[in-house]
Amino acid sequence: MSKKCSGQRQPIADGAPDATRRVTGRRMIDWKINPMSEKKPIAELKALAKQIRRDIVTMIGAAKSGHPGGSLSAVETLVALYYGVMKHDPKNPAWPERDRFILSKGHACPVLYAVMADCGYTPKGELNTLRQDGSIYQGHPDRRFIPALEASTGSLGQGLSLAIGMGLAARLDGTGSRTYVMLGDGEIQEGQVWEAAMFGAFHKVDNVVAIVDYNKIQLDGFVKEIMGLEPLKDKWESFGWNAIAVDGHDIEALQKAFADAESVKGKPTVIIANTVKGKGVSFMENNPGFHGAAPSPEQLETALKELA
Amino acid sequence: MPVNTKLDLKMGKATRGAFGEALVELGRKEERVVVCDADLSKSTMTHGFGQEFPERFFTCGIAESNMVSIGAGLAAAGKIAFVASFSCFVLNKGYEQLRVTVAYPQVKNFIVVGTHSGISIGEDGPSQMSVEDLALTCALPGFSVVAPADEVAMKALVPIAAYNGGPVFIRAGRPKVPIVHSEDTKFEIGGSVQLADGGDVTIITFGILVAEALKAAETLAGEGISARVIDMYSIKPLDRAAIEKAAAETGAIVVAEEHLVDSGLGVRVAQVVAETKPAVMEFVGIQDTYAESGTPMGLLEKYGLVAPNIAEAARKAAARKNA
Repeated sequence: MSKKCSGQRQPIADGAPDATRRVTGRRMIDWKINPMSEKKPIAELKALAKQIRRDIVTMIGAAKSGHPGGSLSAVETLVALYYGVMKHDPKNPAWPERDRFILSKGHACPVLYAVMADCGYTPKGELNTLRQDGSIYQGHPDRRFIPALEASTGSLGQGLSLAIGMGLAARLDGTGSRTYVMLGDGEIQEGQVWEAAMFGAFHKVDNVVAIVDYNKIQLDGFVKEIMGLEPLKDKWESFGWNAIAVDGHDIEALQKAFADAESVKGKPTVIIANTVKGKGVSFMENNPGFHGAAPSPEQLETALKELA
Repeated sequence: MPVNTKLDLKMGKATRGAFGEALVELGRKEERVVVCDADLSKSTMTHGFGQEFPERFFTCGIAESNMVSIGAGLAAAGKIAFVASFSCFVLNKGYEQLRVTVAYPQVKNFIVVGTHSGISIGEDGPSQMSVEDLALTCALPGFSVVAPADEVAMKALVPIAAYNGGPVFIRAGRPKVPIVHSEDTKFEIGGSVQLADGGDVTIITFGILVAEALKAAETLAGEGISARVIDMYSIKPLDRAAIEKAAAETGAIVVAEEHLVDSGLGVRVAQVVAETKPAVMEFVGIQDTYAESGTPMGLLEKYGLVAPNIAEAARKAAARKNA
């Protein structure tokens, strides 16, 4: 297989994502210039996920406001993406051939901030300034403060369209860049998401992957009691998407799903990540009360013990 | 209505037609240009670009919200994105997207083009009419807003908008309009063009009403009132110097616009006048109402936006100044 950067990605064989990635022409190039493409051992990623969870509850505790539930449910997806799946370079955030990530459910920004800081995009020591006046860690992701963010989000329903626009640009440029966008489950009640879903399939934007963080809870309560989404996988498939349902807390399963997504040509992929809201902190798990409430100092102490 | 007799303005293309042609020309020179349209490409006139550059032309279907954010994604990833539809649809249905995915993150190289603006779309009626588009776009921080009066202005402003950097709204109209500018006129974001000089009153206007203002100035000249006429095609940012100069030198200003009178160019000019050189002002525009079906010129007459209305406002302003 040619080692020359062709601008085209090779399909990845099912069941052997890791080995195949390394012999793919494009990935060989990536390997040399993309410091984040190295796959870490799974135990290391699990430990990292726990660290990210500690960062999340600590920064929200310090801010005394924020959204822990949907941040904790998204941890494994972001860890999988930023450590091995996506090609990106924290020292060169504007690298034109980078893969992109958009957190369309912007209120879950603590998980994104913790991961980006760990990668080296932003100062880790300032995480606890979250939501404070003058902090780069704004209440919702804001490109004016962190230019390495691909989008400013927070008003729900718009990230998928943005991701598809970026996917079209990458296709025109032949860079091979892929765009990943995480949507909340409640978020896909927005009509624009389905306008974008139609568009992405019609225009065959196969370099875009949407991830639905299906944690089953939105602000007012359980999704199924507010505006149910089922049959969710069928909905996406009927819109022409390749849909993969996966345990959103299983890093290896997520890695495989992302590799499978890359092998599917001619249609975009949605990964429905079945997750637990508040995952990792017993009193936050499946508790709608922690969609948008900070832990008290005592609760924070308990949470950190559980995450030790 | 009294038809102009002496003023000999040649009828030209609709500004939307000139936009379509300018877009094709730009596309030939600039590979980064991409265009999105929401099932109105034969009306917005982007279909010419689509035929010549199908790989850079994206049909979005009747889904303006998505279209705006698709364009924002293209622009954020390095393209020069033109997003076009009827002004009322792309702005009203795509406003939240213009705000959150374009203006607030300061996306560059994004141009939204609203055609069929104002009430001069005519027969289709109020659901298709955009009488609030300047209010909406001027309320987007960082946006520039231009409203070319004729094909000369449009052809000049399309490439200017493309290379402006920050986002731009271009307001275009449906009917054919007279050519009011000479080919060598210079245009820029933040500029204006003085088309007639006068010392008694200044008429500031844009778009389809520029020709009406010139007719009004001619009528006024016959009455001994000397009127300056300015095409204030750049609604935002404004040519503050031209406004201050007009206020200082003529002491009376009429703003005429095919837009709701209390949220368009008039109030913006009044702010500059209040901040610089106070002058008597009168306002011609659409009152607090939606219009109806009719011919373009018939509607402009019915809603008080034609030369006689502008002339009357100018007489009033001149009289108040001297009172």
